[in-house]
Amino acid sequence: MELVLSAGIGVLTASGAWLLFRPRTYQVIIGLSLLSYAVNLFIFGMGRLRVNAPPVLEPGGTGGLLTHTDPIPQALVLTAIVIGFAMTALFLVVLLASRGLTGTDHVDGRE
Amino acid sequence: MNWLHHLIILPILLPIITAASLIPLDERNRTLKGVIGFASTLIVFLLSVLLMRTVAASGDSGSGASVYLLGNWPAPFGIVLVLDRLSALMLGLTAVLALATQVFSMAKWHRAGHHFHSLFQLMLAGLNGAFLTGDLFNLFVFFEMMLAASYGLLLHGSGPLRVKAGLHYIAVNLAASSLFLIGVSLIYGATGTLNMADLALKISTIGPESRMLMEAGAAILGIAFLVKAGMWPLGFWLPATYSAATPPVAAIFAILTKVGVYILLRLSMLLFGSDAGASLGFGQPILLYGGLLTIGFGAIGVLASQAMGRLAGYCVLVSSGTLMAAIGLGNGAVIGGALFYLVSSTLTICAFFLLIELVERARDAGADVLAVTMEAYGDVDENEEEKEGGVAVPGTMAVLGLCFCICAILLSGLPPLSGFLAKFAMLHGLFNPGSFGGDAPVSGAEWTYTALLILSGLSAMIAMNRVGIRTFWTSIEGTIPRVFLIEITPVLLLLVACIFLSLQAGPAMRYMDATAKSLGEPQNYIGRVMSAPRAGPAGGE
Repeated sequence: MELVLSAGIGVLTASGAWLLFRPRTYQVIIGLSLLSYAVNLFIFGMGRLRVNAPPVLEPGGTGGLLTHTDPIPQALVLTAIVIGFAMTALFLVVLLASRGLTGTDHVDGRE
Repeated sequence: MNWLHHLIILPILLPIITAASLIPLDERNRTLKGVIGFASTLIVFLLSVLLMRTVAASGDSGSGASVYLLGNWPAPFGIVLVLDRLSALMLGLTAVLALATQVFSMAKWHRAGHHFHSLFQLMLAGLNGAFLTGDLFNLFVFFEMMLAASYGLLLHGSGPLRVKAGLHYIAVNLAASSLFLIGVSLIYGATGTLNMADLALKISTIGPESRMLMEAGAAILGIAFLVKAGMWPLGFWLPATYSAATPPVAAIFAILTKVGVYILLRLSMLLFGSDAGASLGFGQPILLYGGLLTIGFGAIGVLASQAMGRLAGYCVLVSSGTLMAAIGLGNGAVIGGALFYLVSSTLTICAFFLLIELVERARDAGADVLAVTMEAYGDVDENEEEKEGGVAVPGTMAVLGLCFCICAILLSGLPPLSGFLAKFAMLHGLFNPGSFGGDAPVSGAEWTYTALLILSGLSAMIAMNRVGIRTFWTSIEGTIPRVFLIEITPVLLLLVACIFLSLQAGPAMRYMDATAKSLGEPQNYIGRVMSAPRAGPAGGE
C-alpha cells in the first residue's frame, strides 16, 4: 500500500515537473494539474495510511486515534482540491487569452 | 470579553462583504463602486490604527498578543486569529497603501477592465487574513485568496504584455503553492498540529526522525515564501511582472513581497527562536546569504534598468533582500530597524510606482524607444493615455519633480528622511546589539551586509539621478503631462507619510523595538494563544 502510494506520488510529481518546464502553455497546465494531484495524495499520506478505518465516528461509539484515521488531512485535502481546481480554471482562461493575443501557444508569446 | 475584542475579525470580514456587494452593481457605476470600496478601506484603516494603539498600550505590561477564537473552539484544535504588534503594524501599512492606490485608480485606471474594486477588496481581505492568522493551513487559504485576487488585478487592463507577464506570474505562484502545501502537510505529519503556537511548543520535543521531516517541511514551506518575497534565484519573475501591471496594481503589489517577508519573520522567530531546541536558528544562513545575494542582484538590476517600471521592480527586490538578510542575522536590534525599513521602503516604492505613470505621460513613446532598449514598452496601451482630458495643474512638472526627488532621497537612503533613518537604525543595531545579544565580534557576513546596504543605496541614487535628469532636465520640449489632482494627491500623501515617519522616528522606533523584542520572546505569544479564554458560558467567562 505504501509502495503503491509513494510510487504514484513520485510518478505524478516527476511527470508534472517535467511538463511544467516545457515551452507550450498546454503542457504547463497539464504539468500543474499533475503536480496538484501529487500534492493532494501527499497530504493524504501525511495522515498515515490506514485501511478500512472510519474517518470520524462509527455507529455505537466514539472511538479514538487507535481505531480511526486522521480526519484533518482529509479536510485539508478538500480545501486544497477546491483551490487547485479554481486556479487551474483561471490559468486555462489566461492561457486562452494569451493564445488569442499572441497567436502562439509558446509561454513567452513568441516562438 | 468586550466588544472591542471582536474588532479583530473585521479587517477580514469587511473587505469580503464589500467585495461581494460590489459585484452586482453595474460596471457603469464605477465611481460609486470606488467610493464604497474606499469607505470600506478607510474603516479598515481606522480599525487598524485603533488595534495598533490597543496593542501598543497593552504591550508595555508584557501581554501583547490578543487572540480571537473562531467558532469558539479552544486554541490548538480550532482556528485562531492572533493580533500582536507585528500584525497590527502590517494591517496599518496595508491599509495606508490601499487607500492611496484606490484613490489613484479612481482617476482612470479602474476603467481599464471589470470588477477592479471587488478584486481589490478581496486582495485586502487575503492580505489582512494572512497577517492575522495563527494557523498554517489558514495561512494557505488566505494566501491563495490574496494570490487569486492578485492574478485578476495583474491582468486588469489586459493587453499582450500583461497577459504574458500574468501567465508567468500565475505559473510561478501555482508551483509555489504546491510547495506550500507539501511543506504544510510535512509539518503536520511530523508534529500533528498546524497551530503556529502549538507547533512552537512541540518543536523542542519531537524525536530526531520526525525532526528531519519537520525541518524538510519547514524548508519547503520557506521556498514558497521566498518565491513570494523574490529571493535571488527565485525572484526573476518579479521585475517583469511589476512593470507590466497597471500602476495602481503595481503600487499595491509592493506589499505582496512583504507578506512573504512577514511570514518568514513570524515563523523563523516563533518556530526556530530561543526555545527551538535542536532546530535553533534553522534556515537563518539561507535567509542571510540569500538576502545578501538578492540585494546584490537588485542593486545591479537597478543600475542596469532603463525603464522606470523595471527600476522600481528592482527596488522591490533590494528592499526584500535587505529585510531577508536582516531576519537572517537573527539580531533583535537589527530587526527593530528592519521593521522601520519595511514601513518606509514599502511606502516609498508604492509612491514611486504611482509617480512613474504620471511622469511617463510627459515622455513621448518615440523618444523612449529611441533612447533605450525597452522591448517591454512597445505594447503599453497608448490610446488610453491620450484621450483623457484633465485640468493641467500649473507647474505640474515642478510638483512631479519634487516628488521624484523625495522618492530618490528615500530610496537611496540619504538623510534626512526615513530611508536614511531606517538604514541607520539597522546598522546601529548591528554594531550595538545592546540588550538583544552578547558582545560577539562583528562577523564577515555582517560586514558584507553593511557594505551592501550602503552600496545598494548608492546604486539607487545613481540610477535615480540618471532617470531624473533624462526625464526632467533634458526633455524641456516634451509635453507637459496632464495630471489630475486626484492622482497626485495619493503620491503626495504617501510621501508625507514618509516625512511624518521621519519626524516621528522616536515613537515609531520605540514601537518597532518593542515589536522586535516581543518577537524575540515567543513564549508570550505562545502562552496567549494556548490559554486563550473561550467566550460564553462554556468558557466560564
